[in-house]
Amino acid sequence: MDQGFPLFPRQASSMAPHVDNLYFYLLAVSFFFATLIALSVIYFAIKYRRRSESETPPGVEGSLKLEVAWSVIPLLITFTFFFWGTKLFFAMNRPPTDALEIYIVGKQWMWKIQHADGQREINELHVPVGRAVRLTLTSEDVIHDFFVPAFRMKKDVVPGRYATAWFEATRPGRYHVFCAQYCGTKHSAMTGWVEVMDPLAFQNWLAGGTGSESLASAGAKLFAQHACNTCHRPDSLARGPNLEGLFGKTVTLQGGRTIVADESYIRESIVAPNAKLVAGFQPIMPTFQGLISEEGLLQLVAYIKSLSKAAPSPAGIPQPVKESAPEREAPK
Amino acid sequence: MAEARGPAAGAAPAAHAGPRELQHHFDTMEQQRDASSLGMWVFLVTEILFFGGLFLAYTVYRSQYARAFAEASRHLDISLGTFNTAVLIVSSLTMALAVFSASTGRRRAVLVFLLATMALGGVFLGVKAVEYGHKFHDHLVPGLHFRFPGPYARQAEIFYSLYFAMTGLHAAHMVIGIGLLTALVLQARKGRYGPDYYTPVEVSGLYWHFVDIVWIFLFPLLYLIGRHLH
Amino acid sequence: MSSAAIAPLPSEHPVEPRVNYLNATYGVKSWLLTRDHKRIALLYLASITFFFFLGGLFALLIRLELLTPAGDLVQSQTYNKLFTMHGVIMVFFFLIPSIPAVLGNFLIPMMIGAKDLAFPRLNLLSWYIYMVGATFTLWAVVHGGVDTGWTFYTPYSTASSNTHVVATAVGIFITGFSSILTGLNFIVTIHTMRAPGLTWFRLPLFVWSHYATSLIFVLATPVIAVTLLMVAVERLFHFGIFDPRLGGDPILFQHLFWFYSHPAVYIMVLPAMGVVSELVTTFSRKNIFGYKFVAFASIGIAVLGFLVWGHHMFVSGQSVYAGMIFSLLSFLVAIPSAVKVFNWTATMYKGSISYRTPMLYAFGFIGLFTIGGLTGLFLATLGVDVHVHDTYFIVAHFHYIMVGGAIMGYLGGIHYWWPKISGKLYPEAWARFAALVVFLGFNLTFFPQFILGYLGMPRRYHAYPPEFQVLNVMSTAGASILGVGYLMPMVYLVWSMRYGKAAPANPWGSTGLEWDTPSPPPTENFPVTPVVTDEPYHYSPGEVEVVG
Repeated sequence: MDQGFPLFPRQASSMAPHVDNLYFYLLAVSFFFATLIALSVIYFAIKYRRRSESETPPGVEGSLKLEVAWSVIPLLITFTFFFWGTKLFFAMNRPPTDALEIYIVGKQWMWKIQHADGQREINELHVPVGRAVRLTLTSEDVIHDFFVPAFRMKKDVVPGRYATAWFEATRPGRYHVFCAQYCGTKHSAMTGWVEVMDPLAFQNWLAGGTGSESLASAGAKLFAQHACNTCHRPDSLARGPNLEGLFGKTVTLQGGRTIVADESYIRESIVAPNAKLVAGFQPIMPTFQGLISEEGLLQLVAYIKSLSKAAPSPAGIPQPVKESAPEREAPK
Repeated sequence: MAEARGPAAGAAPAAHAGPRELQHHFDTMEQQRDASSLGMWVFLVTEILFFGGLFLAYTVYRSQYARAFAEASRHLDISLGTFNTAVLIVSSLTMALAVFSASTGRRRAVLVFLLATMALGGVFLGVKAVEYGHKFHDHLVPGLHFRFPGPYARQAEIFYSLYFAMTGLHAAHMVIGIGLLTALVLQARKGRYGPDYYTPVEVSGLYWHFVDIVWIFLFPLLYLIGRHLH
Repeated sequence: MSSAAIAPLPSEHPVEPRVNYLNATYGVKSWLLTRDHKRIALLYLASITFFFFLGGLFALLIRLELLTPAGDLVQSQTYNKLFTMHGVIMVFFFLIPSIPAVLGNFLIPMMIGAKDLAFPRLNLLSWYIYMVGATFTLWAVVHGGVDTGWTFYTPYSTASSNTHVVATAVGIFITGFSSILTGLNFIVTIHTMRAPGLTWFRLPLFVWSHYATSLIFVLATPVIAVTLLMVAVERLFHFGIFDPRLGGDPILFQHLFWFYSHPAVYIMVLPAMGVVSELVTTFSRKNIFGYKFVAFASIGIAVLGFLVWGHHMFVSGQSVYAGMIFSLLSFLVAIPSAVKVFNWTATMYKGSISYRTPMLYAFGFIGLFTIGGLTGLFLATLGVDVHVHDTYFIVAHFHYIMVGGAIMGYLGGIHYWWPKISGKLYPEAWARFAALVVFLGFNLTFFPQFILGYLGMPRRYHAYPPEFQVLNVMSTAGASILGVGYLMPMVYLVWSMRYGKAAPANPWGSTGLEWDTPSPPPTENFPVTPVVTDEPYHYSPGEVEVVG
């Protein structure tokens, strides 16, 4: 980390240069208008300064042409900000299909991170350089926010739902993680580091850790442990919907509404099974709220996702995403 | 230079020409009446937004948890709700008659109709208290050993949170309304309101009708949405 | 308006003793039971000045803590309470009432040639309600404070914080009704109490901007009131409206909160814009350039301001399409603000510009508000907001608007109307010096925070990484200069009440109706109801020049 007196944040993700370019464009336009107004005020103030106490300057009639000009020209300029900014924002909310999946739970006041392979870490996030990483984030208590300035990436982490964010690190190094949404006493201590590593080093790190089983197989264990398979089964004895191939599909709810079975819906169906009941099933499933931790829920979600091959990701803008739970190959 | 006058001195200055009810800073009774009436309308606009926050929360959750809300709604007492709706509609009628009586100079009728409106408002609040008592007994008060049979307990708790917030806020407005009516009755007993001056009766009537209209929205949204089930 | 003649500068001869609103009656009771809008304005002036310095004290402690990266001056929870109380007090108990309740109350009846506001008793009630709300909040401060941030985000405020959330929320709830009643009073007064001949397009722009502000008071304040009520019942009785464990939505709170709190920014800055319109015209001796555009820009800001709340939630998880719409609308609301800035600048063209203290504040306002407004565009731009959201960039931006804009306008207005309010002239040299100190101190405090924010320093951080220290030290140094700058007017204005030279009726040669009556004015404002025959800002009796 270069200490000292930086005036500009490091660029360490594929998104960072794009955000910075737009920022410089905004700066340039702002500088132009601020200077224009400041110079006009100073020029008028000096040129037309009061020379005698009794002088009366002529009145001035307004000018429609000028009013239109200084309404429409700024408006058109702001449209360029709008289109550019919106394009970037959509890209930020559209994770690439082959992204590495990492699950993060925020709680007062730490970040708990699980890799698909089962590696766990706290307040440290190890990722390979040059590979898109998709984060699924949730909170155990209050709203947090996962912010990596060097990646120009920030996402609120809201309890009761899943948020997604993604980045592709471009430079190895250690970068700050901040909690950017005020979350209580130790808010400013809810910080950490992203360690961006060479792909090979990352593989070694993954292999050398304590994680024994993948997230999906941990989820499978939970699934069996809570006897979910008594009802959720593919045969005719099933009293709950079959979960195989479910993820990413559109399901019809009672009352005719439809919903995409994404991570958030699966989570909600475990903690509040009857809020959005699939058509044709009875509201018989008990709630598992308080029985399964947020991390356990993420493992179950990972397991249910692993039951679907090539499931599309419904988070943000629908995009197909490759299942990556058992991924072991070296990243590109 | 005008005569110096203490701002704390309550009554209008003697120098001011015009009826007794005309306050010193207005020029004419008409201006004073316009101001009072506009003031009450503006106030009612703020009231709409005040209730609007709760209506928005209701709309969001009802669209999300339609079935749960319908189930929860079935546990409200529809006969008491209907009775109270009728009570309030009649009270609006008596309030309107009070305004009409004032504007036509029937000073005794003003008093009678104001008292009738107050009584009906009191009946409404009494019935509401009975309903609240039932909910308390049935463990339907959120946060207080809330128990709801069936699969929708959590969402029903949201429904009952909104139920108590919305009807509670409405009841608070009823209490304020009865307070206003009490003040009017005290003045009406002195025969204060007649064709020349009945603005207080008129603007209080606007308020009373507004509170009724809020109930006209609350009643179907809270009591009637579950009736089609079973 | 009716006196277009240029009055001479303050005359030296003393004014003979005269009965005015200040000396008409004496005693505490004559103030606490007054219905005179001018006295009520002074009651507000005293109360909000107290809260300004209390909020400023918290700001000072925040800046002292941030001198060093480690959290070594106060503990983290104390720090969290400091920034919360700073925000709550400055927003709800200083900025929102500041210009409307003091200058608006004092001036609107005089500017429209009325004896008082439409509902004088309601006006006094507003002040009492404000004081009751303030008492609740002060109670919370004294008994250990509150640590939720002024935004009260759920579920932290409802389920996690163990501080005095309810007392503070109730205080703000109560004070909200003070705002509502003030707004209601202004709307009715402006509609029904204008002097003969005073048509809508002859109203001073100060009145227009207060009309727009009042619309926001009346339409937005009830929403924050009911929202805080929901937070309070959720906390007190464990109702579950925003509770995620019941399936409730904490983001719904943010929608409701910002539906008020974004328009609230315009409650703070619109009245300051009204003040600046008066200052620029008076000290340029010009009619305002594009009167109708400036007037309607106020209304435009008030209306559009209601449609942009979602730009506070670009990273909260609302749909990307909602983000897109809110981004577009946020750019639209920037246009009327830009129109105002351009028109003020154009007003100076070919004027007769005097550098009296109020005009220095107007210059300061134009410059700082321009920077605040332009950086607002960064935040409306979705792709950039993701990075700077909840960092010091935001902190810098809204202080440029609220402090650089609203407080500059407020101080400019206080100086401008001080001769009318107090009947005394303030010491000009000191006042100019203070204005300069405030301007320099302000920029040194907040400009470094833009850089800090883009570097990634999050707001509400008690401790921070060491590489941010240099900029934080600059900011703290600026804050101490700014503090001195704010103390100076406090001292010399109070001094002037006793030792200042007596002010003539119209020391600036202004055309406003409020200058048509003695300083200080009599209780009933005007000996006879004025009749208005001229356009506003009628400084040039002769020819009118057409430009553009």
